[in-house]
Amino acid sequence: MADVLLRKVVKRYEEVEAVRGIDLDIADHEFVVLVGPSGCGKSTTLRMIAGLEDITGGDIMIGGDVVNDVPPKDRDIAMVFQNYALYPHMTVAENMSFGLRLKHYPKAEINSRVTEAARMLDITDLIDRKPKQLSGGQRQRVAMGRAIVRNPKVFLFDEPLSNLDAQLRVQMRIEIKKVHQKVRTTTVYVTHDQVEAMTLADRVVVMNRGRIEQIGTPNDLYHSPATRFVAGFIGSPAMNFLPCRLEDVGGKLNIRLTDRIAFPLPGARAARYQGVSRTDKLLLGVRPEHIAEARVHTEPGVEAFDAMLDVTEPMGMETLVYFTMDGTQVCGRVNPNAGAHDGAPFRLAVDLNNMHLLNEVTGVVI
Amino acid sequence: MSTMTVDKGAPTRKVKYGSMSRDRAWALRWSYFFLTLFAIFSLVPPIYMLITSLKSSAEISAATNPWWVFHPTLSNYIELLTSNQFLTFFRNSAFVSIFVVTITMLISVPAAFALARMRFWGSATLATGVFLTYLIPDSLLFIPLFKMFAVIGDWTGIQLINRWYVLLFIYPTLTVPFCTWIMMGYFASIPKELDEAAIIDGASWFQTLTRIFIPVALPGLIAATIFAFTVSWAQFLYPLVFTTSTDQLVLPVGIITTLIKGDVFNWGQIMTGALLGAAPPLIIYAFLMDYYIAGLTAGATKG
Repeated sequence: MADVLLRKVVKRYEEVEAVRGIDLDIADHEFVVLVGPSGCGKSTTLRMIAGLEDITGGDIMIGGDVVNDVPPKDRDIAMVFQNYALYPHMTVAENMSFGLRLKHYPKAEINSRVTEAARMLDITDLIDRKPKQLSGGQRQRVAMGRAIVRNPKVFLFDEPLSNLDAQLRVQMRIEIKKVHQKVRTTTVYVTHDQVEAMTLADRVVVMNRGRIEQIGTPNDLYHSPATRFVAGFIGSPAMNFLPCRLEDVGGKLNIRLTDRIAFPLPGARAARYQGVSRTDKLLLGVRPEHIAEARVHTEPGVEAFDAMLDVTEPMGMETLVYFTMDGTQVCGRVNPNAGAHDGAPFRLAVDLNNMHLLNEVTGVVI
Repeated sequence: MSTMTVDKGAPTRKVKYGSMSRDRAWALRWSYFFLTLFAIFSLVPPIYMLITSLKSSAEISAATNPWWVFHPTLSNYIELLTSNQFLTFFRNSAFVSIFVVTITMLISVPAAFALARMRFWGSATLATGVFLTYLIPDSLLFIPLFKMFAVIGDWTGIQLINRWYVLLFIYPTLTVPFCTWIMMGYFASIPKELDEAAIIDGASWFQTLTRIFIPVALPGLIAATIFAFTVSWAQFLYPLVFTTSTDQLVLPVGIITTLIKGDVFNWGQIMTGALLGAAPPLIIYAFLMDYYIAGLTAGATKG
C-alpha cells in the first residue's frame, strides 16, 4: 500500500508533448480514475507510473520513493491491460502465479494466494483452463487475479473494460469496485468512459490535451465543473451550452438567450454574477435534467418557456426532448407522461438555480 | 459438399442461390483441379525414384516400361545400407544438420527477439541488413568464403577445409538470416502488452524470451527449425566445394561423387540413396506439422 505522487510530469515524443507537466496526489487506498478523450495523455500517464514509458521531465513517487529510473518490476505495481494480455500457453493458475514464481515464492504461499484471489473473483472452477477457453469477462477476471495475487502497492488499470460488451461492462464495474473494497489497494484506473469514471472513482481526474482539467469527487465534477470541457465531458446526455449575455433590467440581473427569450436570474445567482461584464460573450450551461416540463406552480428560479420539439426519445423512466434555440440544439428530460411529441409545441421550464455561467472565450466556469 | 448443406433447409421448389455459394462451388472445383495437377506434378519424381530403386541395373538399362517393375529387388537398398561409405555420408549429414539447426536457433531466436522488441539504436538498420544478407546467392559467396578459410588455415594452422565441420561455419550464413527474419515476424505478431505484462510481473528480458515468447511463438520456431534443417540437409554447392575426401562428404555430394563414376551412372543406387536421403526430412515434416498445427492457437488477447 502506498500513495502515488506526480510532480510536473512531462512526456514528450520527438515533436509531440503528450503530457504537459501534470501534478497529481493519489492518497493511500484511494481509487483514482483518469478520464478524458483519446489522445489526452491519460494512458501515457498511467504507463509512466508503471514504468513502461520513460518520463521526459518531473518526478513520480510511489510510497515516498522517487521511481523515475526504477524499472517496472521493482516498482511493486500490477497492471491490468485492455486486451487482458494473458499468457496464452499458461493455465489460469499459471497466469496468476507467474509473477510470484519469478520471485521464487514458496509453493504453499503461491497456492494459497491464487486460491484466495480465484475465490474472490469467482473463477475457482476455471483455474486449470487456458485463456482461449475463457470468455472475455472471465479473461478480464483472470487478469485482475494476476494483479491481486501479487499484492502490489498500486493497481494500474488501462481501460480494462473497453473490450467487453455493455452488459458485462456494468457487471465487471461492480466487480472491480467490490475487489477494491476488499483489498483497499491504491488504484489508478484509466478510461475514456465518463460513466465508468463516475461510478468507480473516489476522485476523478479529467484530462484534456496532456493537461489536467479538474480533479474532484464524481459529485464535485458533476455539480461544479471548473471548465467547459469538464462540464461537457461529464454527464450523459451532455450539458447544454447556450450563447447568452447578462443585462440589467430595472435593477435586476437578467440572462438573455435570444432576442425573444430572457430570464431573470434567481437572487443567489444574480449576486454571484454581479461582477461579470455585461458585454462579455457568455454561455449558459444547463444539464438536461434541469430542463423539464413546466409545472403549474413554478418554484423560484424556475422559468417556463415554449419550445417546438424536434425529436423525442422515450427512455422509459424519462423522455429526452430535443429542440433548437437560435441554432443550438438543446436537450431536456421530461416525465414520460407529460405528453411530449415529435414536432409538437411543448411548454418547458429551466431551473436556473442549477445553471452554470461560462466565459465563451476562456471556457472557464464563472 | 457445402452446397449440399445449403440445400438441406431449403424449400422444395428449385431455388436459385446467390452468387456467393455458386462462386464458392466454382472456386472449389478449380482448387481441386489445380491441387490435383500440382500433386501429380510433385509426386511423379519420387514415384519414379521409388520404381527405379526397386530395379536391378540390368532392368534399368533394358528397354522396358520405365513405370513398371518386372523383377522387383531390394538389392540396391541392401547394398547401400551395408556400405560403410553411405552410412558415413548419412552420419555426416545428420551431424551437420543437427548442429546447424542448433547453432541457428541459438543465434537467430535471441537476435530476432532483440530486433523485434528491444528497440535500440540502429536496430531497424540491422534488421534490414539481416534480410539483405539472405539475398546474396551462395554461388557468389563460395569463392570468397573458400579463400577466407584457406587464409585462416595458413595463418592459424587450423585446417578447416575438407573437414565436414567446416560446414557448421558456412551453413549458418544461409540459415541464420532467414530464420531470424521468420522469427522476427512471429515475435512482432505477439501483442506488446504480453511482454509488458511479463516485465511488470518481474520478468527479465531473458525470462520474457524463454518463458513467454518462445512458447507463444512455437509454431514459428518450428517453421524456422524445419527451414534450417531442410537447407542444411539439402545443401549441395558448399559441401561440394569445401569437402573432397570421401569420409568427409555429406549425403547429396556423396551420392553424386561415389555413385557416378566417369560416365557410368549407377541409377538404381542413386535413386535409392536419394530416396533414403529424403526420408529424414519427410519424417521430421510429418511429425512437426502436427505439432505446428496444434501450436497455431491463440487466446492471449481479445478474440
